[in-house]
Amino acid sequence: MGFCSAIGKKATKRARAIGDALAFTGEATIAAFATFLTPHKFRLKDCALAFERAAAGGLSIAIGIGFLLGLILAFQSAAALKMFGVEIYVADLLAIGLFRELGPIITAILLAGRSGGAFAAEIGTMKVDEEIDALRTMGLDPVRFLVMPRVLAAICAMPILTIFCELSGLLGGALILRIMGVPPAAYWEHVVSSSGMFAIVFGLAKSCLFGLLVGLVGCGAGMNTKSTADGVGVATTSAVVGGIIAVAIADGLLAVFCYSWGL
Amino acid sequence: MGNPEAIIELENVTAGYPDAKILENVTFKINRGEIFILLGGSGCGKSTLMKHMIGLNPILSGKLKICSLEWNAKNRQRLCRKIGVMYQSGALFGSMDCLGNVMLPLEEFTSLKKRERVEKAMQLLGDVGLADAANKLPNEISGGMKKRVAIARALALEPEVIFLDEPSAGLDPITANALDDLILRLRKERGTTFVVVTHELESIKKIADRAAMFDKSRRAMIALGQPKELAESSKDPFVKSFFTRGQTNV
Repeated sequence: MGFCSAIGKKATKRARAIGDALAFTGEATIAAFATFLTPHKFRLKDCALAFERAAAGGLSIAIGIGFLLGLILAFQSAAALKMFGVEIYVADLLAIGLFRELGPIITAILLAGRSGGAFAAEIGTMKVDEEIDALRTMGLDPVRFLVMPRVLAAICAMPILTIFCELSGLLGGALILRIMGVPPAAYWEHVVSSSGMFAIVFGLAKSCLFGLLVGLVGCGAGMNTKSTADGVGVATTSAVVGGIIAVAIADGLLAVFCYSWGL
Repeated sequence: MGNPEAIIELENVTAGYPDAKILENVTFKINRGEIFILLGGSGCGKSTLMKHMIGLNPILSGKLKICSLEWNAKNRQRLCRKIGVMYQSGALFGSMDCLGNVMLPLEEFTSLKKRERVEKAMQLLGDVGLADAANKLPNEISGGMKKRVAIARALALEPEVIFLDEPSAGLDPITANALDDLILRLRKERGTTFVVVTHELESIKKIADRAAMFDKSRRAMIALGQPKELAESSKDPFVKSFFTRGQTNV
C-alpha cells in the first residue's frame, strides 16, 4: 500500500510539474505576443542589464572553455590522424564540429549553469519576498514584466558567446597544430574551406533557440519557486538541470531533422 | 444620517485552497472610509482571506465584491486600479530605488510625463516622511521605511481601498506607532478605506473602527464589531482571551 501510494504521489507531483510547465509556456507565449503588440511597454533597461550579466559576465568563461575544448580536441584527434600523416584535417574536424555542434551546445550548457540558474534565483527570491504578488495586485503581468526581458537577453547573448567560444576553440586547435609543425596558413585555409556559411548560420540559429530554452526554463523554475526554506535552491538546481536537458533534447531533435532533410 | 456605503462585501465566503478549506460562511461588509481589522491568532486564515480580497487566489464559494465588482478576468484590471496593497515585507523591487518603486505604477498605468511622475512620486514619499530616501535602494533602508515606501507605492494610483498585511510585524513599538499614525492621517486626508491584517492589540485599539475575528479551530468568523465592544462585552471565551492576552480561561 505504501509503495503504491508513493508511486501515486510521485506521479501526481510529476503531472503537476508538467501542468505548471505547460501553463507557464502558455503565459510566456501570450506575454510574447503582448510584448510584440506593445513594444513601448517592454522593459528594455531590465533586458539590457540581464544581457550584460549573461554576455559580458559569461564571456571570459566561454572563451576559456572554448579554447580548452579546441586544444583538447585537436590534441586527441591529431595524435590519431598523425599516424596517417593527415593531421591537417584536425582543422576540418574542429571547424565543422565547433560551428555546427559543440560551440552552441557547450555555450548553452554554460549559459544554463550561469544565467539560467541566476534567472531562477532572482525570480524565485522575488516570489518568496512577495514581489511577484505585488506585481499581480498592481495589475502587471509578472511574465511580461520579469520573464520577457530575461528570455530576450538570453536569446541575444547566446550567439555572441557562441561566436567567441568557437573562435577561441579554433585558436586552441591552431596552437596544438602549430606545435605539431603544421603551418598556420594551411590550418586557417582548411578551417575556411570546411566551414560553409550554412554551418555557421545554422549553428548561430541553433544557439538562439538554445538561449530561448535556457531563458524559459530558468525563468519558469523561478516563477514556480515554492515558499519553503529550500525553495530558491531547488528552483536554481531545476533551472540548471532542466535547461541542460531541454538543450540536449532540442539538439537531438535538430540532428534527426537535419539528417532526414540531408542538411 | 443614511446607511454607510459598503465598499467590500463578503457573503457566505469559503476561504482557503482547493485542497484545504480554512474559513467557512464568512459574511461581513466593510464601509467606505473605514479602518477594518482582520483579526485572529496565527494560522486562522486572516491572510488567506486577504489574498482572496486582493484577487491573488479565487474564493472557494460564496460572493466577494470590491466596489460592487467581483474578481474575474473581465474586472481584474479595473479592480487592480481600485486597490493598493502593502505586503508584510514591503515587497519593494530590489533593482529599483524607492523613487523607482513608487513611480512604477505611474509609469505603467498613467500618461503622466516623466517630470510629472517624479513630482508625484516625490510628493507621495514626502507624505510618508521619506522624501530623503528617494534615491536609496530597498536594501539600504530599514524594515519600517520599506513599509512606508510600500504604502506610498500603494497610494500612487489613488486607490479606494488599501490592504495592509501585518504592518507592525517586526517593527519596534515607536516605529509601529508612527506607522499607525500614518494610517490614521492618510485616512483623514484622503478618505481611503484600510483593511488591515494584524494581531497587535495596541495597534488595533488605536486605529480600528471595526474588526472581524477568526478562529482556526472553528474555521469561522467568531466576532464582528468595534474592538472596544468586542474586548468588553463579547461572550465568546476565545475573543475574551485574545483581548486579555490569554489571562481569561478559554
